[in-house]
Amino acid sequence: MATAHSLDPLNPRVLEPTPSTVGAVLVIGGGIGGVQAALDLADSGYKVYLVEQSSAIGGVMAMLDKTFPTNDCSMCILSPKLVAAGRHRNIELMTLTDVLGVEGEPGHMTARLRNRARYVDLAECTGCGDCLQKCPVKLPNEFEGGLSQRKAIYRLYAQAVPNAPMIDRDNCLKLTKDKCGACAKNCRVGAIDYSQQDEEIEVRVGSVVVAAGSKIAPTRLRSEYGHGRYPNVVTSLQFERILSASGPYLGHIKRPADGKEPKKVAWLQCVGSRDESIEKGYCSAMCCMYAVKEAVIAKEHTPRIEPTVFYMDMRSYGKDFDRYVERAEERYGVRLVRARVPEVREDPETHDLIMRYATEDGMHAELFDMVVLSCGLVPPQQLVELSRRLEMDLDRFGFAAGNLWDPTGSSRPGFSVAGSFHAPMAIPETVTEASGAAASAGGMLAEARGTMAAELEPAAETDVRGEPPRVGAFICHCGVNIGGVVDVPAVVEYARTQPFVAHAEENLYSCSGDTQQKIKDTIRQHRLNRVMVASCSPRTHEPLFQATLAEAGLNPHLFAMANIRDQCSWVHAAEKGKATEKAKELVRGAIARVVRQAPLPRVKLSVTKSALVVGGGIAGMSAALSIADQGFEVSLVERESELGGNARQIWRSAEGEDIQARLTEMVGRVSSHPRIDVHTGATIEKIDGFVGNYRTKVKAEAERQTSTPDLQIEHGVVVVATGAEYRTPTEYCYGGSERIITQRELEELIAHRSDAAKEAESVVMIQCVGSRESERPWCSRVCCTEAVKNAVALKELDPNLDVFVLYRDIRTYGLREEYYRRARELGVVFIRYASAASPGASDPDSTPEVKIEDGKPVVTVRDKVIDREIRFRPGLLVLSSGIVPRPDASELAKMLKVPLNADGFFLEAHMKLRPVDFATEGVFMAGLAQFPKFIDESVAQARAAAGRAATVLSREFLESEVTVAHVDPQRCAACRMCETLCAYHAIEVRVVDENSGQEAAVVNEALCKGCGACAANCRCSAIDVRGVTNEGIFREIAALLT
Amino acid sequence: MAEFEPRIVGFLCNWCTYAGADLAGTSRMQYPPNMRPIRVMCSGSVDSVYILRALLEGADGVFIGGCHPGDCHYVSGNYKARRRMVAFKSILRSVGLDQDRVWLRWISAAEGRKFADTVTEMTRAIADKGPSEFRELWEV
Repeated sequence: MATAHSLDPLNPRVLEPTPSTVGAVLVIGGGIGGVQAALDLADSGYKVYLVEQSSAIGGVMAMLDKTFPTNDCSMCILSPKLVAAGRHRNIELMTLTDVLGVEGEPGHMTARLRNRARYVDLAECTGCGDCLQKCPVKLPNEFEGGLSQRKAIYRLYAQAVPNAPMIDRDNCLKLTKDKCGACAKNCRVGAIDYSQQDEEIEVRVGSVVVAAGSKIAPTRLRSEYGHGRYPNVVTSLQFERILSASGPYLGHIKRPADGKEPKKVAWLQCVGSRDESIEKGYCSAMCCMYAVKEAVIAKEHTPRIEPTVFYMDMRSYGKDFDRYVERAEERYGVRLVRARVPEVREDPETHDLIMRYATEDGMHAELFDMVVLSCGLVPPQQLVELSRRLEMDLDRFGFAAGNLWDPTGSSRPGFSVAGSFHAPMAIPETVTEASGAAASAGGMLAEARGTMAAELEPAAETDVRGEPPRVGAFICHCGVNIGGVVDVPAVVEYARTQPFVAHAEENLYSCSGDTQQKIKDTIRQHRLNRVMVASCSPRTHEPLFQATLAEAGLNPHLFAMANIRDQCSWVHAAEKGKATEKAKELVRGAIARVVRQAPLPRVKLSVTKSALVVGGGIAGMSAALSIADQGFEVSLVERESELGGNARQIWRSAEGEDIQARLTEMVGRVSSHPRIDVHTGATIEKIDGFVGNYRTKVKAEAERQTSTPDLQIEHGVVVVATGAEYRTPTEYCYGGSERIITQRELEELIAHRSDAAKEAESVVMIQCVGSRESERPWCSRVCCTEAVKNAVALKELDPNLDVFVLYRDIRTYGLREEYYRRARELGVVFIRYASAASPGASDPDSTPEVKIEDGKPVVTVRDKVIDREIRFRPGLLVLSSGIVPRPDASELAKMLKVPLNADGFFLEAHMKLRPVDFATEGVFMAGLAQFPKFIDESVAQARAAAGRAATVLSREFLESEVTVAHVDPQRCAACRMCETLCAYHAIEVRVVDENSGQEAAVVNEALCKGCGACAANCRCSAIDVRGVTNEGIFREIAALLT
Repeated sequence: MAEFEPRIVGFLCNWCTYAGADLAGTSRMQYPPNMRPIRVMCSGSVDSVYILRALLEGADGVFIGGCHPGDCHYVSGNYKARRRMVAFKSILRSVGLDQDRVWLRWISAAEGRKFADTVTEMTRAIADKGPSEFRELWEV
């Protein structure tokens, strides 16, 4: 029997191979975290039981209208994942299911589950919704925040997966009083079954991922804001529903009290967060951003709305977050007021809300039409109980305590955690942790991979060759995203008039699970052999629809999309008529193109089951370890002669851990791992190939000591973990005195000299040095916590030492707020300044000034609260200098053909849902190369990259893109132009007919990338690219211009 | 000519400019609705015939968007597009046609603003030129 090893993440719980290790994972929680973990595990050869206590997966993300910072429609990006989880062969979806307990050791556990009766047969239900019509019971709809009503038989939300409704047994007349039965009478397929009973089920699993989420803070904790008493005070989640096109008010912003459109709307931040008085001392990490987002979206919906956000510190610490807030202020006129509002009162006549608050310029009283409470996240009681049943430890707030080096680990062996069950966090961090938890779980069960999961095989395909085209056109409303601008019914009518269109219809969300089913049914019913979807971008949604086609037996290439959202309704919002015209033309173009599409065969390619990790810092090493622990070979390339990266200059974490000791252990484990090849003092010279089959040339750095000669590595995936750099300050007289140092130099001083505090005499720290300014507009994310950490360390060395921190916003987000509180308790003084350097700053500039007098720094700053200038003559001036991308990141980016963002950090495929992927398949990222972050975040991201890598490396074959060039030898003049042009040497002229000796160009399909350079330059028009043929494009051009 | 609404066909490379156009969308950057995008894998795949076809079918302008030099997903497709554009424009010039109706621009996946601005600028420029002379040329 396998035994669990210690909890030590550097010596992970590797199982001895035993035949009984179970290749299945229990994933608890069907929100975005659980769904992501389930998909990654299912794609890497594990069977997954995805357990969700409500009647559908989707979690809180399904309730959101839009997401920051891209303003993507939440349902639109979530839905493809839900659909994928719902139909994945290796995922068993278990809704309405509670976890009673899990017994056993890692590798072989038994989970006891209770499946509550739905009273609707999932196999029979078509999701038509007829049953809902006749139910006489009306109850507040919890999903809509009580702002609308639902029936006793109801669907959690319109696009729910699974789409079958459930019966609320506490309120159903049939189940409580044996009366009514209307739903059963109305169901045409006999899916209603009142006799269903709860069942206890046992499943055998090897490990468990807990992604059970959290809830928003109950508003009764802050009853002085009047939620529940004053109808026009709503929670942020209620406001999301108000904004949503499928919400209670169908996307019209109205006051719950009287249905009037509000003008002045206020957001109150930190409700149930950063508030020790109610034992919620932590920051909820996301509310600043979602409040600003809600304000922006409200303004977008209804331009006359005047939004105001009342906040303590603006914590826009993520990638592109500061830019977003800036845009909210400048473009949308969102008013940001730094004030904590003590209470809200209502005018009982008008239901308007009165607030009194103090700012730096005095007391104010203001009337608002509506107030939104930005509620924080709390672990709900039922999850605390679940943790108890699962024998997992929680921290004092009730979150599943993680640790710095094992952020996805838990106190119970075999159990991984992810998302806001672990700590308050937003969607990208949740998705990252979920992929990381999947990697941890996969690492534990590596030997049992594939024992319980099926290899993914495509469905049998209908041969449509020779048939006249029959096109199905599906036009999406995308809630109000498209429907609010484009006249969708008119576009549908128009599509009907197009040649070969056999069916046209509109969908509220074409990407939702029920619509996928509908598309499949329609394909069969109308014998469609081509499908055109007019909705969002093919870059994000084409794979979803293509999978649906495949399930319906159609070749995925018999498909085209018209992008009438991202490139139409969203960008022509003010010109509805013209946008509708453009949408019609785009639909016409896509139909013309799809008519010409032909089925393409899929080609199987083998996979080199090893990874290349570029960068040997904490992220790179963690990724390498996690990939290797999952059973794959890793080559780790580091350009320095030593592993460790930036962490070599970090001595102590804010949590109090000795970084160097742990780093040494990690380096030791990496160096001695049998599946990791370390190449230090080496750089990447050239990367060739594609997902599953890369070939990379590694060059030894001549000037560095190196153990590695030049070599060539073959690998299936790439992880970019090249890190970032601390910026050397150029401002505040840095370099002019040895008493002016950086935060990092201070840390070293504290680490090495016990008399550091005595030496210092007094300390002033300046935050945001070189960050959040026009040249480097991003927040470096870690500097506030670093400053607080060092301030606390100094205070602990000498409680009498004066420490002042000059800051703009303190961004100790999440559980890090504890350190900030500790610093204040110890007497560290925080003085705010404002900077005009940041473009969006509405405050008058009060940037500190630094001079050197007699070799000592003199700092002058204007304190805004007392409105006086303060002068310090500190013994030490410490500059919190930010993090900047590596200047040579672009070289690697070019070799890999992946993008950087405007600031020079690597750009992920999708900010929310693909945080460690590049748009290019098989390339992943982790650590500071993506954006500044803490060690635990780097480790989580590295594991996520490893988890995503496993979805490729665990396969025997990959189905390759068949969009390759194709030569018509009859037209080819063998001029060799294509040979000269091809960047991949994938085409060459040779004898194609031995008898006649005729020469023609021949394509090597394994090498061809389908770029079309040869076709575009062929003088004889002999070359075409399959899937994007010249003829198809000509048709599209003609159709667009008709 | 105040009423004139130019019709522009845009060939957008999948990896950079098309993604930049999507970003303009998610960022809700507004621009005139005169350009009809066609997604192509690479600016290097835009055959001169595509451009001619578009002009002959009645486009008042043709836009080609690719990755910045050095950033091509297919190594050098954008360079090929650039070279081809020089040749193509010289042909237009030599037969006395307006070469400024065809634009080639580099817009990355991160440049939503640049995409919106470029479309706005091109729409205005083509509107100023008036309807394409190609149409009349080919109305026999």
